[in-house]
Amino acid sequence: MPVTVKTFQALSEAASALSSDRATRYLGGGTLVMRDLNEGDVSVATVIRATDRALQGIDAAGARIRIGAGVTFSRVLAERDLSFLHPAARSIGGPAVRNMGTVGGNLFAPAPFGDFTVALLALDGMVSMQGGFGLRDMPLEEFLQSRDRQAGALVVAVSCLRPASADAFRYRKIARIKPKGGSVITLAAHLPQSGGRVTGARIALGSMAPTAVRAKGAERALEGRPLDAGAISAAAAAAAEGTAPTDNSLASAWYRREVVGVHLRRLLSGQES
Amino acid sequence: MAKTPLQFRHNGRDVALFVDGGTNLLVVLREMLGDVTPKFGCGQGGCGACTVLIDGDAHLSCLTLAEAVEGRAVETLDGIKSGPTLHPLQRAFADGFAAQCGYCTPGMLMAAKALLDKIPQPSREQVVEAISGNICRCTGYEPIINAVLAAAASLRASA
Repeated sequence: MPVTVKTFQALSEAASALSSDRATRYLGGGTLVMRDLNEGDVSVATVIRATDRALQGIDAAGARIRIGAGVTFSRVLAERDLSFLHPAARSIGGPAVRNMGTVGGNLFAPAPFGDFTVALLALDGMVSMQGGFGLRDMPLEEFLQSRDRQAGALVVAVSCLRPASADAFRYRKIARIKPKGGSVITLAAHLPQSGGRVTGARIALGSMAPTAVRAKGAERALEGRPLDAGAISAAAAAAAEGTAPTDNSLASAWYRREVVGVHLRRLLSGQES
Repeated sequence: MAKTPLQFRHNGRDVALFVDGGTNLLVVLREMLGDVTPKFGCGQGGCGACTVLIDGDAHLSCLTLAEAVEGRAVETLDGIKSGPTLHPLQRAFADGFAAQCGYCTPGMLMAAKALLDKIPQPSREQVVEAISGNICRCTGYEPIINAVLAAAASLRASA
């Protein structure tokens, strides 16, 4: 069924159009919305696009980097300053999907997709949204918890912390098909250390709930301790706390709960998957 | 519902047509322009059979909103041969038995062309990565990887 396509230059106009009607979806790279249209999703009557250059911006100068929502994963991979995000970007799709899929769209990707968002969540991600009343920032964790209600807001950019060292941020996607496949579990850990002890650890998991979630039990187990075998074991034991995985063709919920601790242990210990 | 005018370059030729809102590029190519080289596989971005190049980069035409290619250059398998002469990638696929049922082949060839246009001397790993979004259920991939490497060597020899 044909839909109405509206293209706006100004973000504010696109945001107003997006929030005016429940049957409206924003189209970024197309990998989510076009898929729904191809499947005959009749809940979509209008597709909104925006051409504002702000959606394509990357500001990697400071300790908190900002990436426009329309930036593709290929562009992330082309930015040397974003090298800490390259493993997450590279783990998504094949080259064609990475040429199309955007950082902003990934926030809305349902499990078992949305791997880049897992990395952002571990790096204290923030979401900038253009609403009817202007720009506002929201912590990514809060955004994900209320994602269904955010459909009317236009995501303009995301920001996240730059890890202090290469070793302070670790990312791993567990997939059955190499080199590309849907996620069984995706893990990201930001482990800042001060005086040999972990301070402010953030661990995020993908495919362990409908959206990316933080493993707060595992974070608590590491807090204030050296990253040694004892702390890693305690974190691994707490990895499944607060998660709600579901069965899909890649793995059962039971399997995911059973192995998440194993993979977190390997990630924290620096072992191969 | 009103149709939208659309102009883009298709295999080096300017085309202009009217499309319904929400139409994907694959439908435009196959049903409106008669270029049936890109295939409809899954319609979800999972198989790569519909891969085309947009401004030189691999894209999935089934997930590309037709209006998004306004003013851009779209290249499909139909455009890569030179007259009656096959492109070295096509020649290598034929010589190396890299096509069996052939359904994935147009997408494989375009994904491989996107690679070779940027990296003329790819490693085996880079070839595997380049076709990682393209599914083949017949060949087991090895003949395809070998054919892409053979084509790369042939292109370098003729350069």
